[in-house]
Amino acid sequence: MSHVAGPNAYNLRRDALIERLALFSLTGPALLLVATVMLVPVGWLFWLSFLNDAGGLSPEHYLRMLSQPSYERAFRATFEISFTTTAICILLGYPLAYVLSQLPRRAANICMIAVMLPFWTSLLVRTYAWLVLLQRQGIINTWGIKLGLWDAPLALVHNLNGTLIGMVHIMLPFLVLPVYASMRAIDPDYLKAAANLGASPTRAFWLVFLPLSLPGLLAGALIVFILCLGFYVTPAVLGGGKITMVANRIATDIELFFNWGAASSLGVVLFILTVMILYVASRLVRLERLLGGGDA
Amino acid sequence: MEWLGRAATDTQITHGRRLWLYVLAGLILLFLILPTVIVIPMSFSESQYLEFPPQEWSLRWYRNYFNSTAWMQATATSFKAGILTMIVATILGTMAAYGLHTARIRFSGLIFGILLTPIIVPVILVGIGVFYVYVKIKLVNSMIGIVLAHSMLAIPIVMMVVSSALKSFDMNQELVARSLGASRVRAFFIVTLPQIRFSVVSGAILAFLTSFDEVIVSLFVSGGQNSTLTRNMFNALRDQIDPTIAAISTLVVILTSLLLAISQIFGKKTDQ
Repeated sequence: MSHVAGPNAYNLRRDALIERLALFSLTGPALLLVATVMLVPVGWLFWLSFLNDAGGLSPEHYLRMLSQPSYERAFRATFEISFTTTAICILLGYPLAYVLSQLPRRAANICMIAVMLPFWTSLLVRTYAWLVLLQRQGIINTWGIKLGLWDAPLALVHNLNGTLIGMVHIMLPFLVLPVYASMRAIDPDYLKAAANLGASPTRAFWLVFLPLSLPGLLAGALIVFILCLGFYVTPAVLGGGKITMVANRIATDIELFFNWGAASSLGVVLFILTVMILYVASRLVRLERLLGGGDA
Repeated sequence: MEWLGRAATDTQITHGRRLWLYVLAGLILLFLILPTVIVIPMSFSESQYLEFPPQEWSLRWYRNYFNSTAWMQATATSFKAGILTMIVATILGTMAAYGLHTARIRFSGLIFGILLTPIIVPVILVGIGVFYVYVKIKLVNSMIGIVLAHSMLAIPIVMMVVSSALKSFDMNQELVARSLGASRVRAFFIVTLPQIRFSVVSGAILAFLTSFDEVIVSLFVSGGQNSTLTRNMFNALRDQIDPTIAAISTLVVILTSLLLAISQIFGKKTDQ
């Protein structure tokens, strides 16, 4: 039998391979598109970032990043703003997620609509709304003065305050969703057990609940931080030109100075930083958690 | 108010002692919805100045928007780009997801990762990169250029939605169809596609919105005749606060919420 089965099995295997390659070729158009519109341009920029004005290989753009204070300022601003935004998101998002996780499911789902609403609203619409709310004669200032909370209009927008408010507003859902998901997954019996063993409610929270919700908090905080690093629109509009994050600096280098090398080197550094943080993050938490948010 | 004295959790803390937490959560929820909600009444104000609540109501800013050729042209561009992106990204994304799911080739994971890169790379880098290449091949300010760039950004989203649907689809059904004489293509269209169609539709809507809402790449590669709505809005925001934007924002909010609600409903249906 074997001398018949041999060539037949060979043919079958060949057919199966051809079929699988044919199926695989279905990814071709998508790959081609991503390669030509994304990998080639970004790769090209990577190459440009190592060329000097005369076209020779040199690390000059990277060296300038170290020597010129304006670049250092942009990086420092980016990290400070991202860090502050993440911290505020944790301070606001954790209590909110906690309250939501304690509510009955139906009520929590209704509140979730409010959390998701910013997700569903176009970025520019929200930026515009903050501009309207926060300006000198804006709603917050008029009402604040009318209610006697403060006397003179506060400078809430076209500066760091406005940028932070806008960024926290955009990022908060990214923190609340994973934290909420991890809190929902905590078995309430653990807390009952803690209470049974004599822990006060506060102690049970700190010793049992908080540690169990930390993976969600870590995932949320990391995604917020990473996304903050690349912000462009919010600092540009709500910062009123005074706040320069790396992305804004890249845009000015192109729009005003046509300095492709400088812009590319900044972009490369920003990208590498993002990948590095993402890599560290993937060792700490499961990556689906980071990219998928919460699907409780 | 007896409610305040009752236990809120199994650990016996009372609602009263947690009142501050409820107030805080309420304020944070208000913070989250305020900007979206405030834009709608503002858009019906008669005044140039953005006072709240508006003294007089009118449709002035809507008229302004609909009578402006520049805004109308930008809106048309955004819709055209959105619909074309939706078509391209949905077809290519679904093909890729199906191919990777069925081919079971060793590099599938790697290829999937490559196709997801547009999500990870900072958009500003993509924006200037695409701009640089488009300048060389003369695609700046062209509809094709916008659609190609937006499709690239939308493909990962379609792929994620469709491949998660394929994971819960029983491929044996396709085998049955083929053993009954259907070709591979026919089996896909009459057996598989109808069962993952809700995810495909939901992916398509997200692809449309990806393009319609996209700001940074559009800033660099769209312009002139083909300037997108987001590009015009961004430039208007940098200059002065024109209440016409409130009217446009309201319309955009209505459109996106409708589309997302549809995509949510469709997305849910496949789960069951």
